[in-house]
Amino acid sequence: MKQKIIVVGNGMVGYKFCEKLIAKDTTKKFELIVFGEEIRPAYDRVHLSEYFAGKTIEDLTMAPASWYAENGINLILSDPIVDIDREAKTVRSHHGLLESYDYLVMATGSGAFVPPIPGVEKDGVFVYRTIEDLDLMQTHAKKATKGAVIGGGLLGLEAAKALLDLGLQEVHVIEFAPRLMPRQIDEAGSKVLQAKLETLGLQIHLNKNTQEIVGNGIIEAMQFADGSRLEVDMLVISAGIKPRDEVAKVAGLEVGIRGGIVVDNALQTSDPNIFAIGECALAHQMIYGLVAPGYEMAEVVATKILIGVDVASFGDAFIQEPHAQTIVFENSAKGIYKRINISNDGKYLLGGILVGDAEQYNMLLQNTKNKTILPPDPEDLMLGARGGAEDGASGVMALPDEALICSCEAITKGAIYHEIIENKVTTLDGIKKCTKAGTGCGGCVPMVKDLINETMKSQGVFVRNILCEHFDYTRQELFDLVKIKNFRTYDDVLDHLGKGDGCEVCKPAVASILASLWNEMILEKGNATVQDSNDRFLANIQKNGTYSVVPRIPGGEITPEKLIVIGQVALKYNLYTKITGGQRIDLFGAHVSDLPDIWEELVNAGFESGHAYGKSLRTVKSCVGSTWCRFGVQDSVSFAIEVEERYRGLRSPHKLKSAVSGCTRECAEAQSKDFGIIATEKGWNLYVCGNGGVKPRHAELLATDIDSETCLRYIDRFLMFYIKTAEPLTRTAPWLDKMEGGINYLKSVIIDDVLGMGEQWDAEMNLLVEAYKCEWKEVVDSPELRKRFTHFVNAPKVKDPNARFEPMREMVKAAEWK
Amino acid sequence: MVLETTTTWHMACYTDDIPENGGACALIEGEQIAIYNFSRRGEWYATQNLCPHRQQMALSRGMIGSTGVEAEPKVACPFHKKTFSLKSGECLSGDDYVIKTYPIKIENGQIFIGME
Ligand code: SRM
Ligand SMILES: Cc1cc2nc3c(=O)[nH]c(=O)nc-3n(C[C@H](O)[C@H](O)[C@H](O)COP(=O)(O)OP(=O)(O)OC[C@H]3O[C@@H](n4cnc5c(N)ncnc54)[C@H](O)[C@@H]3O)c2cc1C
Ligand code: SF4
Ligand code: FES
Repeated sequence: MKQKIIVVGNGMVGYKFCEKLIAKDTTKKFELIVFGEEIRPAYDRVHLSEYFAGKTIEDLTMAPASWYAENGINLILSDPIVDIDREAKTVRSHHGLLESYDYLVMATGSGAFVPPIPGVEKDGVFVYRTIEDLDLMQTHAKKATKGAVIGGGLLGLEAAKALLDLGLQEVHVIEFAPRLMPRQIDEAGSKVLQAKLETLGLQIHLNKNTQEIVGNGIIEAMQFADGSRLEVDMLVISAGIKPRDEVAKVAGLEVGIRGGIVVDNALQTSDPNIFAIGECALAHQMIYGLVAPGYEMAEVVATKILIGVDVASFGDAFIQEPHAQTIVFENSAKGIYKRINISNDGKYLLGGILVGDAEQYNMLLQNTKNKTILPPDPEDLMLGARGGAEDGASGVMALPDEALICSCEAITKGAIYHEIIENKVTTLDGIKKCTKAGTGCGGCVPMVKDLINETMKSQGVFVRNILCEHFDYTRQELFDLVKIKNFRTYDDVLDHLGKGDGCEVCKPAVASILASLWNEMILEKGNATVQDSNDRFLANIQKNGTYSVVPRIPGGEITPEKLIVIGQVALKYNLYTKITGGQRIDLFGAHVSDLPDIWEELVNAGFESGHAYGKSLRTVKSCVGSTWCRFGVQDSVSFAIEVEERYRGLRSPHKLKSAVSGCTRECAEAQSKDFGIIATEKGWNLYVCGNGGVKPRHAELLATDIDSETCLRYIDRFLMFYIKTAEPLTRTAPWLDKMEGGINYLKSVIIDDVLGMGEQWDAEMNLLVEAYKCEWKEVVDSPELRKRFTHFVNAPKVKDPNARFEPMREMVKAAEWK
Repeated sequence: MVLETTTTWHMACYTDDIPENGGACALIEGEQIAIYNFSRRGEWYATQNLCPHRQQMALSRGMIGSTGVEAEPKVACPFHKKTFSLKSGECLSGDDYVIKTYPIKIENGQIFIGME
């Protein structure tokens, strides 16, 4: 299905956005709807004054209505948007049209700012912004002789010139400041300009504050604060612009104090599905009242929406010549556009825009902030090293020692460099430990890694992304080796492939590999103590040292009998009980020594482990589907249960979540899961690589209208491929991000089997599925394993006196920690 | 003047109470002591069970291992993975904490902890 973009506003920038999107969207992924408030398609406002000099509307029109039609754009004019429902993702127009969107682009521009002078509503008072304004002025001018303009800025002077062109005998310019164009030119320049304008026939009044517009229904004179008065029969107000943020504001988008829709570096508003461009956007605390920055913004957003690519801008991103030199690099085939703005003396980086490849972002930002003196070929900075000679001066190595690498912790490059060279700290962990760099938001981690690798390289050392100090292998290499050598325990792996005694990084990573490969009981063969604590105790450790108990409730379906058992267990062991976000029930506050007893009762009632503690399959959520729902087209609950039972207990590099929805309304939120399934009339659509959490990602469509068997086969292969190749603690979305060729490559591996691994993976998955046993049942049945669940080995009946609770509503919560 | 400290040895538990290459907690004179069976190296360690970071009784449930050229033995708290030297008690992840360590000896399959 096509994604829908709605553009609000058909001005110069809104139009430019359409033009750019159409040019880039060669595969017609998007449907475009444009709402315009004005009665005609976008026209060139910059050359508006030429309308009086004889240009026609056609001359000024950016593109005729037929252009929109030819390009499949639905252009709706004379019908402004009055309301945005961000939750439902719909907009409503003045005439009552309701349209849904995937992305909304606000290009509402600005209106003339009209100061609250009494009398501004009188006939004969105009603003200068649209063709309508000009038409009205033209009609009125026929019977007027003396005109005035409030505002001596660029636009005001243009309006004054227009009044002369309209044949008025006297034209006055009223400026509040002591000089003309106070924001653009200096005192001396202003004097020269004034003299020039006076020879044209304009009368300039400085330091004048208009107090009232006098007249009986129609303007007759202007009354000033200094007591003077000017007879006029026509007035144009040009006192600045006011961003049109009224609809955005009502919709709850963040707006600036002085107006403008607040956007970030990627021109995203406070709602990630809504962008703002042009004169309505407040970027870097600035409204850019010029058209060129607006066009740049249109480019950024068109690309961003189209390919969902990296987009970043930094520093003074939209500054134009002659205030700066700009260097632009564009590779439209690859969807890359980069621009840097350099000071006129060529010394400093002022800002720039990166589209399609924002890898150099942090670097460029640092160069800008630190006012680094640029190398002779500054384009190297934005292009990265282009092969050939040594990468030399560009990149992180070129930054000065004072450059901040980690902004959260205020760690400079010099400090990190010092640790690498002087103290021989050459791992990311080491650097985190001794400098704290990278321990905050983590945004600088790539740069820290670069700095380590580059420094090492410069010392003649080759660096690889190895697991930790005990293993010289990447996770993928280790996975293959463990499999080939048929190792079953951590000690075997460490003895043969590693060195030292292991640590909290490699132990769980290897444990996860072993579990993924063999699906053996994780607490056996001495593997218990290499598990993360949660895996070792088959429960999640909570704030006071007690644990949570999460039985599996496949698909969210539960019988009354089982519900009652959960209630009884919770009562008996005084457990805080909560419905989770994953459609099941979590019981909190269990003492470690009670865990086996609790689980014994649960297992006897037919429950099994929910693996809430493991890097493994968590839940497969479902909606009620065709069994009850009047819209359901497939039995989503039954399929969710089947899927959950197939993959339960499967260990993977990170946790896995899934969901099955019974129709396109998607009540199970399948598109936010690592693999999600949505029913269609003909079968299922399979989506992969989505997640909620820290960085939410929508899943991507892998296959459409497949039957249940094909769906499971594709999921088998998808999961095997992921388990074998992902780095530790990498969920499916970032795994896909790093995959060359992205979703199309993934499709070719899973559907077309280009790697020829399909059959092997199918077989391996079947083995894992067959090897599944409930871990908790095994513990419950084994006195040896049960013995491990005590707080004090020498006093198994005594509970941890430090595990304190506080009452909360009718239950308990963990005592607050210090 | 000679300051004399007397170490009293308390029997804690049996060696097979503590999992190989892992830890468990014993209650001695009202104190929670974490005991580690570093079987890979044939070594035993004992520390306080309390993690100084968030005052959690959890160190005995942490993963043990070693770090650096000296292969300093260490334990990682299961809560936020702060690591501590099993020898000196020093926090190895950059904070100023020091945990208490205790002398430990094994006799006839029994574990004894030395306390002042
Ligand atoms: C209990 C629950 C909250 C609740 O009261 O509803 C929960 C609780 C925890 N979540 Fe969650 N998450 C719960 C649903 C979710 C969901 C919603 C969902 O699954 O639909 C999400 C977002 C969806 C997603 O993961 O894509 C979610 C995203 C996270 C994340 C961020 C993952 C990410 O990729 O960004 C973490 C941290 C992590 O895994 O590293 C996390 C980690 C945790 C941990 C394990 C933190 C910890 O280590 O103690 C919490 C354990 C509590 C416990 O002992 O059970 N939890 N967590 C939910 C249990 C669901 C279940 O039945 O298994
Ligand atoms: C007389 C004049 C001269 C200028 N000269 C120059 C110049 O020389 N150089 C320069 O760089 N810039 C100049 N500008 C500024 C330039 O025209 C603007 O920067 C540019 O038009 C901004 O484009 P935009 O699309 O953001 O806004 P606009 O062109 O204002 O378009 C916004 C459109 O959105 C519509 N709209 C608003 N709200 C809604 C809604 N809720 N629903 C639907 N539609 C809505 C508006 O009616 C309007 O049609 C001039 C402007 C004027 C008026
Ligand atoms: S959102 Fe944070 S606090 Fe809430 S359950 Fe998840 S991990 Fe815990
Ligand atoms: S409580 Fe131990 S690291 Fe936080």
